[in-house]
Amino acid sequence: MGATHLPSTEFDGTGMDDQLEAEAEAQLGAPAEPMVQLLDPDGTLGSDPVFSKYAEKLDPDTLRGFYADMAKIRRFDVEATALQRQGQLALWVPLTGQEAAQIGSGRASQPQDYIFPTYREHGVALTRNVDLAELLRQFRGVSNGGWNPKDTNFHLYTLVLAAQTPHAVGYAMGIQRDQKLAAANAVASVEAGQAVEPNAAVMVYFGDGASSEGDVHESMVFAASYQAPVVFFCQNNHWAISVPSSVQTRIPLANRAKGYGFPGIRVDGNDVIAVHAVTEWALERAREGHGPVLIEAFTYRVGAHTTADDPTKYRESAEESLWRAKDPLARLEKYLRAQGLADDSFFEQVKADGDELAAYVRKTTHDLETPDIRTAFANTYVEAHPLVAEELAWFEEYSAGFADEASADEAHAGEAHRVQTDRAAR
Amino acid sequence: MTTMTIAKAINEGLRATLNNNPRSLLMGEDIGALGGVYRVTDGLIAEFGADRVVDTPLAESGIIGTAIGLSLRGYQPVCEIQFDGFVFPGFNQITTQLAKMHSRSNGNLTVPVVIRIPYGGGIGSIEHHSESPEALFAHTAGLRIITPSNPHDAYWMIQQAVDCQDPVIVFEPKRRYWLKGEVDTETPGASADPFKAHVLREGTDATVVVYGPLVPVALAAAEAAAEDGHSVEVIDLRSISPIDFDTVTASVRKTGRLVVAHEAPTFGGIGGEIAARISERAFHSLEAPVIRVGGFHMPYPVAKVEEDYLPDIDRILEALDRALAY
Repeated sequence: MGATHLPSTEFDGTGMDDQLEAEAEAQLGAPAEPMVQLLDPDGTLGSDPVFSKYAEKLDPDTLRGFYADMAKIRRFDVEATALQRQGQLALWVPLTGQEAAQIGSGRASQPQDYIFPTYREHGVALTRNVDLAELLRQFRGVSNGGWNPKDTNFHLYTLVLAAQTPHAVGYAMGIQRDQKLAAANAVASVEAGQAVEPNAAVMVYFGDGASSEGDVHESMVFAASYQAPVVFFCQNNHWAISVPSSVQTRIPLANRAKGYGFPGIRVDGNDVIAVHAVTEWALERAREGHGPVLIEAFTYRVGAHTTADDPTKYRESAEESLWRAKDPLARLEKYLRAQGLADDSFFEQVKADGDELAAYVRKTTHDLETPDIRTAFANTYVEAHPLVAEELAWFEEYSAGFADEASADEAHAGEAHRVQTDRAAR
Repeated sequence: MTTMTIAKAINEGLRATLNNNPRSLLMGEDIGALGGVYRVTDGLIAEFGADRVVDTPLAESGIIGTAIGLSLRGYQPVCEIQFDGFVFPGFNQITTQLAKMHSRSNGNLTVPVVIRIPYGGGIGSIEHHSESPEALFAHTAGLRIITPSNPHDAYWMIQQAVDCQDPVIVFEPKRRYWLKGEVDTETPGASADPFKAHVLREGTDATVVVYGPLVPVALAAAEAAAEDGHSVEVIDLRSISPIDFDTVTASVRKTGRLVVAHEAPTFGGIGGEIAARISERAFHSLEAPVIRVGGFHMPYPVAKVEEDYLPDIDRILEALDRALAY
């Protein structure tokens, strides 16, 4: 991209990796990697030769929608964290600080696109209309995947880091084949009055930590070889639990794309307008058959890795404060107010909507049903399997023994309850 | 009926799959112009093109991982892993992703990926080219594992694997690729169910259970035992996951003795699972402990000594002698 993009040196001194990058660049004589930014932390809209035209398309409703979504998912994050603290969830993975990276990119996708998240992409899930209460099923321990990806083209969370990246490339290779089949059948389809246009792309999310996994490398090799319509969206939130991104990479992650032979762009991940613009550009490019793009959203995990983490053990609060000053919601609020696009009543309504969502999520989480283990027997294989059938039959017989015990002892309801509780606890 | 080798039978089976199933495709290293290192895919790229016979980058995790993605888009990929010992870069994708996708999606997603792996020793090859890792996969719920021992089964089982909606690993006995036999391409006949064991030779004194490359060895051992007056039943397991315990149990109830042989190390192997299950199911029919014949607890040895490692006719006969001594 052009040298007019604001350079990453804007963030010099704010993170250890920036320092190392600067040193590496000094040694290698390489220029600083430019970073696309349209809306600066003060809420001032800048310009960019490539991406401004995408920002110019955004009408006031859309801009307000960006803010509303970011506020909503931040409120959801607070509620889910509280639910974990109250023992209602086994674990929570907070996203606070990464709202712009997720809402901006998610809202740039189209319904026919297919999204492969890691496990922190609650904001992307919101943009894909996933029921956020269903999102919590996995963290409550009642499902390993709480929603049907076919409903929203938003795949299940993947917990083995980067394992979803080759799935995304393979899915994109499938789209390529669908496009060829559609082209071959185009004449017949037109004659039959059917519009067949599998004009879709895939976007896969991963982080700076996962970027070290071999699957990311293999995925990028495959994507480049076959020019697959896939966008690699890396949220560089600077910390892989306790290890800084400088341990994962000595150069800006976006630069790695050059080694594979496709474009890599670093974007200010706290600038929702820039993230949306860059992602829209990359997805359009992929759908049009020009191959993969790597987007590195330069952002920060303001909170802990999970509710089991303690960031005070490995990083300075001063660093967190520096990043809070780049808050994605605050800068869009400044812009919306300065442009007269939103007033107090809008922000009050957003807050009220967030509280309503939180109440809904709280209530629904309490009501999430514990599944019967028979569903696990049923879903291990698609087709009938004699070992599963044998073990299920044994389990039924074993369980029936407890039922007999309970019914024979009906007068002692408390005792029956104990048996059931013990069973459930196993 | 046509006579062909196992390699040719798989080739013909893949050709039939590509012809009959427009969503099927082959993926792997060197499977295009070269036709695979064992020529199993010979000629298929010329017939079906590079979109359906895909020469992939040299990356096993990438092969399995992209195959999963293709299957999520509605395709049915058949992956070739070049050699048994090279499947491990893809082990994570197979065990944590492929095997679990249907379950963790609460049944909403299916990933009908087929993985072909040439396996086993006896070809005098170098390190990592002679292993039998089937037990590592059999231990993983969500996968199915089959292994043909003859051309007719090879022709049909590869097609049945593609038709199956679960992920299937087909372990191909590489030292038998050139074994010839009759193939009925019109009908599978007795091979209609790939997960059912076959009684290849009936007997009354002892049962030998084998699969894949050891099937001809067991049949020869049974022939030798017959000369000594012992009637040995030979079962070709065909499917390693699930295992057709009904067929094995029925045989042991008749013969009272069981020897299980495979090339893989005995410790933690399929033979141990069969021994345990048969002890539970047919304890009162057993006249002797179930005896296992297999590889030793060591990395697969160098080629010059692999004959000392691999179960052969004499090792199976020695095991039968021990069983018959009770």
